[in-house]
Amino acid sequence: MADVAQLKKVCTQVRRDIVRMVHAVNSGHPGGSLGCTEYFVALYFDVLKHQPRNWNMNGAGEDLFFLSNGHISPVYYSALARSGYFDAKEMASFRKLNSRLQGHPTTHEGLEGVRIASGSLGQGMSVAIGAAVTKKLNKDNSIVYSLHGDGELQEGQIWEAAMYAAGKKIDNYIATVDFNGQQIDGSTEQVLPLGSLKAKFEAFGWEVLENNAGNDIEKVLEYLNKAKTLLGKGKPVMILMKTEMGHGVDFMMGSHKWHGVAPNDEQLAKALAQNEETLGDY
Amino acid sequence: METKTMKKYTYTEKKDTRSGFGAGLSELGKKNENVVALCADLTGSLKMDAFQKEHPDRFFQIGIAEANMMGIAAGMTIGGKIPFTGTFANFSTGRVYDQIRQSIAYSGKNVKICASHAGLTLGEDGATHQILEDLGLMKMLPHMVVINPCDFNQTKAATIAIADHHGPVYLRFGRPNVPNFTPADQQFEIGKGILLYEGTDVTIVATGHLTWKAIEAAEALAEKGIRAEVINIHTIKPLDNELILKSVKKTGCIVSAEEHQMNGGLGDSVAQLLSRHYPTPQEFVAVNDSFGESGTPDELMKKYGLDTPNIIEAAVKVMGRKK
Repeated sequence: MADVAQLKKVCTQVRRDIVRMVHAVNSGHPGGSLGCTEYFVALYFDVLKHQPRNWNMNGAGEDLFFLSNGHISPVYYSALARSGYFDAKEMASFRKLNSRLQGHPTTHEGLEGVRIASGSLGQGMSVAIGAAVTKKLNKDNSIVYSLHGDGELQEGQIWEAAMYAAGKKIDNYIATVDFNGQQIDGSTEQVLPLGSLKAKFEAFGWEVLENNAGNDIEKVLEYLNKAKTLLGKGKPVMILMKTEMGHGVDFMMGSHKWHGVAPNDEQLAKALAQNEETLGDY
Repeated sequence: METKTMKKYTYTEKKDTRSGFGAGLSELGKKNENVVALCADLTGSLKMDAFQKEHPDRFFQIGIAEANMMGIAAGMTIGGKIPFTGTFANFSTGRVYDQIRQSIAYSGKNVKICASHAGLTLGEDGATHQILEDLGLMKMLPHMVVINPCDFNQTKAATIAIADHHGPVYLRFGRPNVPNFTPADQQFEIGKGILLYEGTDVTIVATGHLTWKAIEAAEALAEKGIRAEVINIHTIKPLDNELILKSVKKTGCIVSAEEHQMNGGLGDSVAQLLSRHYPTPQEFVAVNDSFGESGTPDELMKKYGLDTPNIIEAAVKVMGRKK
């Protein structure tokens, strides 16, 4: 059983890391990162079967995670560092010259924990499917996870991949959509309505779960664990996870305006005051 | 005089390079169990049926979804597989450029992008399918290896050889039957050109289907007393700089020949090499900023200036430009 109180403490530290990273270089994407904090903490500190200190690209016998919406790299880097993939101090190099923590995640600099470059949207589901197929070929019973933005679902490749995953029974795979309803130019409703994602994925042949509380760590754990029980039955599993962009920092919450904008000094102080330092700032 | 001393290249049959790929893939499947094949609904056209029959568990029919195919291939490398993707050259490159760029090239994934029906010799289907820009698109990607073999045997050998190279490779081949003159036991070495004729008057570097035409051109030039050095460049990237430079230092002029746009192709790479290291007059046998059209392969190669007489003409012209 997960120690929920401890996970909540990790969440506030991850949120501190996010706002500190983007503040330091006055660039990056805090909104989506903050909204996905509970998901990453649940995954990296409880759900994943993984070996952070003994990382290798192939990850045989380990669960694999792929971030498709690479712009939320701050939360990804914090989760990786805080769970032991690399030294938390390295977060100070985020988006700087000669850093392994590129603006969008890459494999190019050999950062432990990252298995594919992402940033150009819509590609991660295909990659996750490929990794899941190889797991099956290698008779490796581990699970493949991926995370996608809701705006990202406007990319056509997602639906090629969605059709393939169901049609070819990729049932060792759990995808999650960060359903925050926001994208750069406004709400998804304004930019391009997504319609019923549940109906769409079900029509494609997926098992679909709806978690309407993606910023409640207990609910995130509950849905990830529920998704695991649905594996091995001939269907890929999708969790539509409602989150709030900017969650945990009151003035950033619920608005697309903090998609790709860093806080100033005063705003940083306010954000940090709302999130307790629990694991020591880097 | 010259023709008597010249080695004569011969062939017993004409075969398509795509069948060389199919044969190579089938052989590779037997000796390397990590090799997997993916196809976007063109299994017969790519001659992947043998592999599919022999290794149904390692063959993945993706459907008409090339972007997804490239992503799946990238993902399959994680865990040690060596994916070979198969579709037409047009759908292997331009259609999926960003997928290749981010998920394969930048991510350093060990994917072999195998592309058939490249160039004008696709024929009657017309310009929508006759990609003439693929070599350029692929060679611009950092660390991408780009190979365009010339006949059945070379394509087969290249297919087998690229499995031993760790990293992304673009392998381009075609549809028409062309003379199969490469010895079946010739080793394929990535990045090493093949000296077909030694000569002193002009260098001809040719890739893919233009290689046999370069041989024909050299034979015709020999009858005029012109000794052409003919080099088959099967690997556009990395280019065999050493062999090309050594040759032009001897001949003082060069013709490049390829079934591709002049912009971005083999000739472009050769010109860059020469301008940096040994400025040399060069003529280009290539498509000059144009799309193709419907027609038979032979008609198209004539109309767009990619035939044997065009190489001969270019050789004579470039010799006249020597200082």
